Amino acid sequence: MAPHDSGPASVLSMVPTVYGRKLNKVPYVELADGRVQGVVSSGSAGERVYVSSVSAGSHALSCATNNNRPCGGLGGRACKHIRSLIDEACRHYGAERVAAHLRTDAGKEAKDALADLHGPVEPGPTGVVFTRFLRYLSYLEHPGAAAPIPELHWFPAGRSN
Amino acid sequence: MRPAALTGLLASAPPGADEALELTDRLDAVLTDGLARPGAEGARALEDLAAATGSSPLAAPVREAASAMGSGPVGAACLAALAGARTALTGAVHDALLAALDTALGRTREEADAPAAPAPAPAPELEGARSWLAELAMAGWRGVDRDLAAGADAALTPLLEDPARRRLAVLLDGLGAELRAHCPLPGDQDPPARRWSDLWARAVLLAQDAFPVWPGAPARQATGRLLPLGADVHQHPTAFQVQVHALLEPSDGGPVRLVRTSVSALKVDVLTRESVWGLLAEHTVLLRALAEHRALDVEGMPLLEGGDLLWDEGRAALGGPADRFAAARLHLAGAAAPAVPALERHPARIAEPVLLEGYTAKKRTRPAPGLELDLDGARLPVSLLRRPDSSSLDMKAAASSGACLGLMRWDAGQWSVQMLGVAAKKAPAEQTHTGDWALGPTDPKFATALRNSDPLGTLRERAGKLLRK
Repeated sequence: MAPHDSGPASVLSMVPTVYGRKLNKVPYVELADGRVQGVVSSGSAGERVYVSSVSAGSHALSCATNNNRPCGGLGGRACKHIRSLIDEACRHYGAERVAAHLRTDAGKEAKDALADLHGPVEPGPTGVVFTRFLRYLSYLEHPGAAAPIPELHWFPAGRSN
Repeated sequence: MRPAALTGLLASAPPGADEALELTDRLDAVLTDGLARPGAEGARALEDLAAATGSSPLAAPVREAASAMGSGPVGAACLAALAGARTALTGAVHDALLAALDTALGRTREEADAPAAPAPAPAPELEGARSWLAELAMAGWRGVDRDLAAGADAALTPLLEDPARRRLAVLLDGLGAELRAHCPLPGDQDPPARRWSDLWARAVLLAQDAFPVWPGAPARQATGRLLPLGADVHQHPTAFQVQVHALLEPSDGGPVRLVRTSVSALKVDVLTRESVWGLLAEHTVLLRALAEHRALDVEGMPLLEGGDLLWDEGRAALGGPADRFAAARLHLAGAAAPAVPALERHPARIAEPVLLEGYTAKKRTRPAPGLELDLDGARLPVSLLRRPDSSSLDMKAAASSGACLGLMRWDAGQWSVQMLGVAAKKAPAEQTHTGDWALGPTDPKFATALRNSDPLGTLRERAGKLLRK
């Protein structure tokens, strides 16, 4: 192999950057299972949270409390929880990635397309997403380690760009 | 490192390295198409792999895998043998590369002890990981769909509970996140076959009942002064590790040794950049030494054979100010380097501390934007992939540096240097290190942003309310 001839590599950055953001309003968001989905804090009651989602392609909307009570604000257009979810998803992943995941109108700017989401109201994956949120939080509950994890040499903290 | 030695190192690959990696690349092509879809080429690749393992106990099960391909599931022992044969080859490449580097650096390395003893008892909690890894091998990287990618979660959840299984859990989570982000692969996109097969092979070995207990018995206890050289930062969506390279001056007057100490935490994807260091807050003494550029005193701290100190705040005390470049100038050339434990040998694990001075940093645009250090005509690329965004060691600091402390790395057929700390060319007293933000960002803009958003605090508060109701 010639020097500087880049062959197959062991160490690559394979997961797109996620950006830090404020988590008070939307503590959890993910692009998964063909949806943008996440958990949105209730504006009024401290303990209550909403699980909101938008499906890729159909843009079907769902929003309900974690006890499966449907959100009163959800009609043919996005309620304030879904709007918060989309705003924070854009901060988290970047608007382009969110728009591509939802397969919004390619002729429009990502931001404009996401501001104008509408679709049928459907029952959402409330239980599944809420369980995933709890699993996500549980990562911060496990104790740290003070012994080397050599496998993390494959996962450098930088980016290629 | 002297420029002449560097020129020699960069000019050629060690004998046999290309041939060994060609064999692993051909196995990786089999793992790309999947063991369930054999071709004549794949069968030949496995036959050649078996031949390369010679008379070792790996040869027979690798041959068995070659003949089993396409006629039903490949047995667990065969998969382990494939992973083992691949690991033996990458291990040999590691040894050859590290020997060439040691020669160029004039570094003396300790002889390895006998490999760690196999774990004594079967471990049923590994069953899920083994079957997920077997499904991946059967499907191949091209055949991984969304459900198979998501299978990582079920495989690793039982491992998260047990700190002794942290290595495998972190590895499966990292691989799973990449598969979820990319699979199913679009038809025109090639998988990162060497990378994913590296991770697969390591995971298969870690998932064997007999894999030695982690972290294993300390070889000795270390007492003396610890002079940190720099912090190597590792991160994937759900894990963060800081590995501090340091010089140990034993208090009994023995030779100065190169050691490392690693602290890590599980995390979630949204914790990035300035918010990651807070995850390690329990290791205050170590973080202060990093942020304040101080030495440490350790007493009776367990030291593993591979040169890893098992960090214990109770056995450490903060020492006085210690300039890292001065420490490296004084001790690095003569320091004894530890042996690499048998099962960790892989080119990606090569991370040898070096001090580079008197170079000119040059930005380049082709073949990709990058940075190179010109040392009397020898051009050493800087690994930008390994420059953490959780520090102020940015491109500007790197490009205007005149000296650096770094780690020599090898990947994709070439050497590079990962910068851990730099001194400005025009003002050598101005230093920037990757661990400068260990106690919080030193840049007021980032510090204010972190105070305002406090993502870790917010999530911990949520966890407190929702998980402990």
